[in-house]
Amino acid sequence: MAEQTSSHRRLIIRLTLSCVLMFGFGFALVPLYDVFCQVTGLNGKVLNNGPLQETVVSDVNRRVKVQLIAVNNGGMPWGFRPSESSLEVHIGEMKQTAYVATNPTDRFMVAQAVPSVAPAEAAQYLRKVNCFCFDRQPLNAKEQREMPLLFVLDDELPVHIKTITLSYTLFDITPEDALAAASGSEEVQL
Amino acid sequence: MSTLEQTASTGHHHGPAKGITRWLYTTNHKDIGTMYLIFSLVMFMVGGCMALTIRAELFQPGLQLIQPEFFNQMTTMHGLIMVFGAVMPAFVGLANWMVPMMVGAPDMALPRMNNWSFWILPFAFSMMLMTLFMEGGGPNFGWTFYAPLSTTYAPPSVTFFIFAVHMMGISSIMGAINIIATIFNLRAPGMTFMKMPLFVWTWLITAFLLIAVMPVLAGVVTMMLMDIHFGTSFFNAAGGGDPVLFQHVFWFFGHPEVYIMILPAFGIVSEIIPTFARKKLFGYTSMVYATSSIAILSFIVWAHHMFTVGMPLIGELFFMFTTMLIAVPTGVKVFNWIATMFRGSMTFETPMLFAVAFVVLFTIGGFSGLMLAIAPVDFQYHDTYFVVAHFHYVLVPGAIFSIMAATYYWLPKWTGNMYNESMGKLHFWLSFIGVNITFFPMHFIGLAGMPRRIPDYALQFADFNMVASVGAFLFGFAQLLFIYNIVCCARGGKKATDRVWEGSHGLEWTLPSPPPYHSFTQPPKVD
Repeated sequence: MAEQTSSHRRLIIRLTLSCVLMFGFGFALVPLYDVFCQVTGLNGKVLNNGPLQETVVSDVNRRVKVQLIAVNNGGMPWGFRPSESSLEVHIGEMKQTAYVATNPTDRFMVAQAVPSVAPAEAAQYLRKVNCFCFDRQPLNAKEQREMPLLFVLDDELPVHIKTITLSYTLFDITPEDALAAASGSEEVQL
Repeated sequence: MSTLEQTASTGHHHGPAKGITRWLYTTNHKDIGTMYLIFSLVMFMVGGCMALTIRAELFQPGLQLIQPEFFNQMTTMHGLIMVFGAVMPAFVGLANWMVPMMVGAPDMALPRMNNWSFWILPFAFSMMLMTLFMEGGGPNFGWTFYAPLSTTYAPPSVTFFIFAVHMMGISSIMGAINIIATIFNLRAPGMTFMKMPLFVWTWLITAFLLIAVMPVLAGVVTMMLMDIHFGTSFFNAAGGGDPVLFQHVFWFFGHPEVYIMILPAFGIVSEIIPTFARKKLFGYTSMVYATSSIAILSFIVWAHHMFTVGMPLIGELFFMFTTMLIAVPTGVKVFNWIATMFRGSMTFETPMLFAVAFVVLFTIGGFSGLMLAIAPVDFQYHDTYFVVAHFHYVLVPGAIFSIMAATYYWLPKWTGNMYNESMGKLHFWLSFIGVNITFFPMHFIGLAGMPRRIPDYALQFADFNMVASVGAFLFGFAQLLFIYNIVCCARGGKKATDRVWEGSHGLEWTLPSPPPYHSFTQPPKVD
């Protein structure tokens, strides 16, 4: 009997521990997913880093078309558009452009732009030096602002990619931002 | 040895308590198994009524009976109730009844926890069903509860849904721990792993799947809870989260979950077919290995549910090929069942009819699954009625038929009385015809482009939808025969012999019918 109770106990402890581990694994999937997407450049997630230093450009004449798209998430009342909808960019060339955001409402609002690149394969070669998506964007009532975007295309960009679409979705994060400010935690980061 | 003496001395001196407390306080595996099975039957009827509500609305194009909001709640609750309330508890109930008797154990290893894991369920499902009467209605986001439908756009009752899922998850995990402990520690002397009946084997593997994935489900609903109430952004892109992450975590649970609902069915069919073919099961060892490989593969195929989220080509190829790989061990099983029947002296009593129908119709469901596994064509089939046809073929004439087969097969053992064979056969044929009339046309309307989860549809789908609805009502009402037959059998009838079936095999048939309240207080000797 004692022998059996102890073998039951051993088994229960192990199985319960596996359950706890798997519960933790469910949560671990969250950072793992981000790391996986960043390492592989899958899911069109853009790296928030600048160009590799001293890039040697193999073909100065190679040009790629970059299309810029602005999307408002459901219910977001802001005006949001790229200042130029399409650019011709040389590989390795530092390109400056901007998006224009307008807050037509009567209240202070905070927005966050989330980027996505198509084809996803190109995501890791589009390197942003500066982007309005790095920060949250507060706008007072009726305010309009030009938000800068500075990027460079990596020389490693596969040759078959002739067009890259860079899309920004603008989210209203006013409530979350207020909550984060109230709890004194870090501001919402991408 | 001390084990045997101990169980022998405590085993004899009490029978079941009287009245309601017998059921509330019971730690007896047979009582708990019965309660699980009755609970699952009740849930099957509740979920079935929801299915019939859906089919009644879809009888004709246009909105006739219910509003789209309520329709969405019906599809969601039908799925949740059938998966978590009907199929899973039925298998746990069968395991409670049969696993101790099949391995020669006096009871489950952890009887008190067994009582608890059952009694959580009625509370979990009352809470879940209660949401239908709340302001804003019940869950309306589909049984897969994709974020942000289930977070940002969910009705307020979603919190009750989350806690209901937590509770039934805890119940399943405790059930799984109990089954593993019973199988590992309480096997009769001589009952080695490779002598265990296949039902026990498949349940052992299923229990490990439950341990591995139910906590992930608990995790994903916890993340939803935090997103909704605590301002986190796991699935909210505005805060840096990703709704696609929800689908990954959900399906990491969800795909093994669909095997949780089919592996015990494989076990049941592997018990029944040899009995009525009067031959040993063909390829026992390969069955064990095939079941294990299906279980292991189930962890690396989840993204085939989400080919259209915008995955890179390499991901689609990976998940497409691993999914197709599962057809190999499944094929091994199907061929083993056919080889068992080959040249057997078969008779077709009701359990065998259901088991043979399982093999045929599950294979159809498996093949449509293979079609869906092909990533490029899945872009067309995704979220159409073809998917509905596929998973209903593997779950209704798959899982549900196997549960019905098991009920008819072991009912004489449980009650000591034979059920009405003619009524059983009638129930089978009505169910068989009803199921096919309901779900076969769904393949066609799916391929023609009818989306899932819509209360109204384009006119060209009208005829097939009408046929499907007629079939659904036939199937639904045929189940009343099933209930009637069970009730009659429980109340009396022709006495069953101990072996019940001419070709029956295994320890459970060495016990009297019905088995004593405490069976195998002296462990049997297995050669």
